Amino acid sequence: MIVTDNKPKKEVLEAMQDYHKIFIIGCGSCAAASRTGGEDECRIWVDDLKKNGKEAAGYFIPEETCHVFLLKSMLRQSGAAASSDALLVLACGAGVQAVSAATDKPVVAGLNSMFLGTTYRAGEFLKYCSLCGSCVLSSTAGICPVTRCPKGLLNGPCGGMVNGMCEVDASMKCVWVEIYERLKSRNKQKILATINKPKSFGNVRHQKVEPKKLSKEGR
Amino acid sequence: MSKLSDALKNKEFVITAELSPRKGTIVSNFIKTVNVLKDKVHAINITDNQRAVMRMSSLVASYLVLREGVEPVYQLTCRDRNRLALQSDLIGAAALGIRNVLALTGDHPSAGDAPEAKPVFDLDAATLLQTITKLNAGFDLNGHPLKGATDLFPGAALTPQTEPLEPVLLAMERKIQAGAKFFQTQPVFDIDAFASFMSKTQQFRIPVMPGILLLHSAEQALNLNAHVPGIKIPDSLIKRLETAADPHREGIEIAGELIGKLRQVSQGVHIMTVGQEKDISTVLERI
Repeated sequence: MIVTDNKPKKEVLEAMQDYHKIFIIGCGSCAAASRTGGEDECRIWVDDLKKNGKEAAGYFIPEETCHVFLLKSMLRQSGAAASSDALLVLACGAGVQAVSAATDKPVVAGLNSMFLGTTYRAGEFLKYCSLCGSCVLSSTAGICPVTRCPKGLLNGPCGGMVNGMCEVDASMKCVWVEIYERLKSRNKQKILATINKPKSFGNVRHQKVEPKKLSKEGR
Repeated sequence: MSKLSDALKNKEFVITAELSPRKGTIVSNFIKTVNVLKDKVHAINITDNQRAVMRMSSLVASYLVLREGVEPVYQLTCRDRNRLALQSDLIGAAALGIRNVLALTGDHPSAGDAPEAKPVFDLDAATLLQTITKLNAGFDLNGHPLKGATDLFPGAALTPQTEPLEPVLLAMERKIQAGAKFFQTQPVFDIDAFASFMSKTQQFRIPVMPGILLLHSAEQALNLNAHVPGIKIPDSLIKRLETAADPHREGIEIAGELIGKLRQVSQGVHIMTVGQEKDISTVLERI
């Protein structure tokens, strides 16, 4: 899921300084799980808007805010949203842009999108995937160096690895040591003597992906 | 042609020193230091925004060294440039007559004076070495022909004193496959540990030049131990610096002793200082 974090309140208020009546849109999927765009957070913003001299027009929480058609239909049915000057969106960047695509109203982003996270347990997320467009996990023991090495190295460890730890954060294990240890447990560590080719960034240019049907032949 | 390459081939005891470009345009002291080291070392390594602290370009500073009649080892990291910029800088270096290149991954920007900078790392040390090998063969990384091949002598870096060691040795193997012709290491203080490391790399038959870091006080040594990844200065040396009447002289003494011992197990040394490059010539007088 997409992990989000609250923007500083001051920054959000500055972005809405030209608007008085604000309608809030949360997100029932990722942002709710991140505890940044669920029921509680929407209510906190209703109070904060009032405290800062604004009018809160109300809020709704779509099941998933990153869905343009869903947002169009919900906005059509909401008189409160229609009466507002601007929409405060408590969702990831994809959610904010879905709202932006569904309406002409000004949109204010309430959150920072952090990463595609793996949930360790409720409320605790691990940065495990960068959506990089060319997955290397099959050759790295199922551990992503593109995301989990701060340098995104495909041929690690680098010289900054000290006693198994990372130069960027000494409390963090070097992900290339993790990959090495996992391979070693299967006696496959010698594959690390092979150089991984530089990554192609050609795949990340696509602006649009349409669903492709999987068939036995067509893969 | 590279004098460094010839000296290594001829099994001479090779000495390189490390010099950082200045942060600013005034280069008179830099040039002075180059001339102090001239004829005392085989080549001078010119660092590339070392520890991610922004300074003058290592390519330009390497050329300033070359102009003084001293051979530079042009250090190039993958931190600040993508594959286009790396290749164009390498071709430019070759056209200027620079021959030795040390291909490095580079410290993360978080260590330096612009921690908010975007880390590039489009290539890494191994794929940068592969790139140099291709440029030397007359092709770019994607196989397009060059009008004039480079004639670069590529080296790489090693961290000999770390655990686990096997992934470090595998990384060394990859760098050799990619074309590295010599290695320079992080500072070495424990001769026995380094000798044991060298015995594990014998199969590769490649020159390894251990790093020598000049110490000038116990405080500095403790500071390095605490803050620089991969540096491990033993307590016995810290004690010597602590009790010495002149710690600065003692540091030079220690470096001289280390070089004397490393002669037995390596084909050269790479001498580093923290801003006291002129002391390198004093050290060299003692060996």
